[in-house]
Amino acid sequence: MASQNDMSPPARSDSQLALKSIHLRKRTLEAIFEAGAGHTGGGLSCIDILNVLYNRVLKVSPENFDSPGRDHYVQSKGHSVEALYAVLADRGFFPVADLKSLCHYQSHYVGHPTRKIHGIEMNTGALGHGLPICVGMALAARMDGFGARVFTLLGDGELAEGSNWEAAMAASHHKLDNLVAIIDHNTLQISGHTRDVCSNEPLDEKWRAFGWEVRVVDGHDIGALSTALTQRPTRPVPVCVIANTIKGKGVSFMENVAQWHHGVPSPEEYQRAQNELSAAETRVREVMA
Amino acid sequence: MSAPAPAMFSPAAREMIQQLGLTRGRANQEEFAVFLESLARENPNIIVVTSDSRGSGKLGPFAKSLPRQLIEVGIAEQNLVGITAGLAACGKKSFGVSPACFLTARSLEQIKNDICYSNVPAVVVGISAGVSYGALGTTHHSLHDFAALRAIHNITLVAPADNFETRGAVLAAAKAGTPTYLRFGKAAMLDLHAPNACFEPGRAISVRSGSDLAFIASGETVVHCLLAAGFLETKGLHCRVLSMHTVRPLDEAALHQAARECRAIICVEEHSIHGGLGEACAASLLQSGLHPAFRIVGIPDEDTVTGSQADIFRHYGLSMEGLSDLALKMLG
Repeated sequence: MASQNDMSPPARSDSQLALKSIHLRKRTLEAIFEAGAGHTGGGLSCIDILNVLYNRVLKVSPENFDSPGRDHYVQSKGHSVEALYAVLADRGFFPVADLKSLCHYQSHYVGHPTRKIHGIEMNTGALGHGLPICVGMALAARMDGFGARVFTLLGDGELAEGSNWEAAMAASHHKLDNLVAIIDHNTLQISGHTRDVCSNEPLDEKWRAFGWEVRVVDGHDIGALSTALTQRPTRPVPVCVIANTIKGKGVSFMENVAQWHHGVPSPEEYQRAQNELSAAETRVREVMA
Repeated sequence: MSAPAPAMFSPAAREMIQQLGLTRGRANQEEFAVFLESLARENPNIIVVTSDSRGSGKLGPFAKSLPRQLIEVGIAEQNLVGITAGLAACGKKSFGVSPACFLTARSLEQIKNDICYSNVPAVVVGISAGVSYGALGTTHHSLHDFAALRAIHNITLVAPADNFETRGAVLAAAKAGTPTYLRFGKAAMLDLHAPNACFEPGRAISVRSGSDLAFIASGETVVHCLLAAGFLETKGLHCRVLSMHTVRPLDEAALHQAARECRAIICVEEHSIHGGLGEACAASLLQSGLHPAFRIVGIPDEDTVTGSQADIFRHYGLSMEGLSDLALKMLG
């Protein structure tokens, strides 16, 4: 079995990861545009979270994905699979070119996470499933004693599913300090603002009331995300990271617009979006230089 | 809890039990708990997950002797199945145990996605299944579970008829690399099988031979078929009894052989007549060009009558008398 260090992601600076996030946004949009389908807004909102997870936090690698001591990540908001595929491809789990087959006839690259793809832990897509699964994984990891941690990413709209709260209660009851639930708190869901559809605020108080240690961060701040996702809890309780994000982040006309939940850009919109992201890349490079 | 149960068997059926020399065993769900504990002592990877169901599931002794191998999640069946799936994905042999009525309805999506679609080798254990809870009513009955689960890809479905089949099913599920659903009742079972019987998932067990009519049954109804076959023997009719413990994959070879060799088939199940063993057999026979006289005896499509499991069985003809009468009508 590989050592934990073999599974650690390569060291990169915050600026390098910020640059990578822009690149991953371009890849995500490219995959959605080529497929003619996908969940654009939520993919763009969670890119920084996934980037930090796979390039700074998770002890997991393509070569050691079968190791029982690896960290686990389950994407409960499975609809943002294009962002996850983009990150996994970038991390070397499979060739980037594979993404061209996303959602195509007989492709393994289904429109929600599937274990057919190297790097995917569990098949998800129906909401409210990831956290219960991760409670089971965290219990197993604790029994095995390898020190593995378990992470899941939930949408804020997804929190209306009651199974999340069943799992939240069980996780604190079982003192799962190796479990981290990340909320992609972009405040929008398919029908509009979460506060209008079925308000779930105040999120932080709810998770604290369920016995979790809560960390509220800017979900696009590489450094803040890194700290929140890396630090172990101060007590033997699970950690909830509420990542405040912008749906459609990085593309001006997609930001904070609910219709981009699963909107697919036209060729003109696609080009405009890629141009905006390229310009952002240039700006970051100039700052880095 | 449930209402006090009147005797499952009529005086005539009890006489037939004596004639056939059937001895009384445990409830299948109790046999499951005892046997699983013995397996878990040898295999620390076996983990049981319960939803405040350790009492119903007779898992109290398991919890006491192997506390690290039993996880309690409270009354939360969706969470129970998700946790069971997560444990299995991380290499544990997990058994999620909860009353079948809740487990296969409330958490059907978790069974479908987290276990079957994700293809983790978890075991979903429905206890107090069928109409075991009797007069507690439809909320507590699981007459839909096989119908629902048969339509979901990638899960073996087993309803053992006695303690021997229960042990075989649990052992097979513990070794399986794919998902399994086990369905157990809470009534004490009679031992049906000869000492040399063999349990294999997907292979029906011949309980009695004959070629006038074949009873093909699963779970707690098999014994009533055997008693009916014993009664029909006194009328000069030789009836076959097959325990089709595995509803999926169905033992089509045994089914087709029965259709070719017998004049009629009666499928019997503690399940809705829609979507269970009977319809699985009917579809297989019809698509194979076999058309024996054929009837399904189960719980009809109506508001289930109030009563104990014994009352409900008798009311719908799941008894020695009811099955014998039907067989005599079919054989003219």
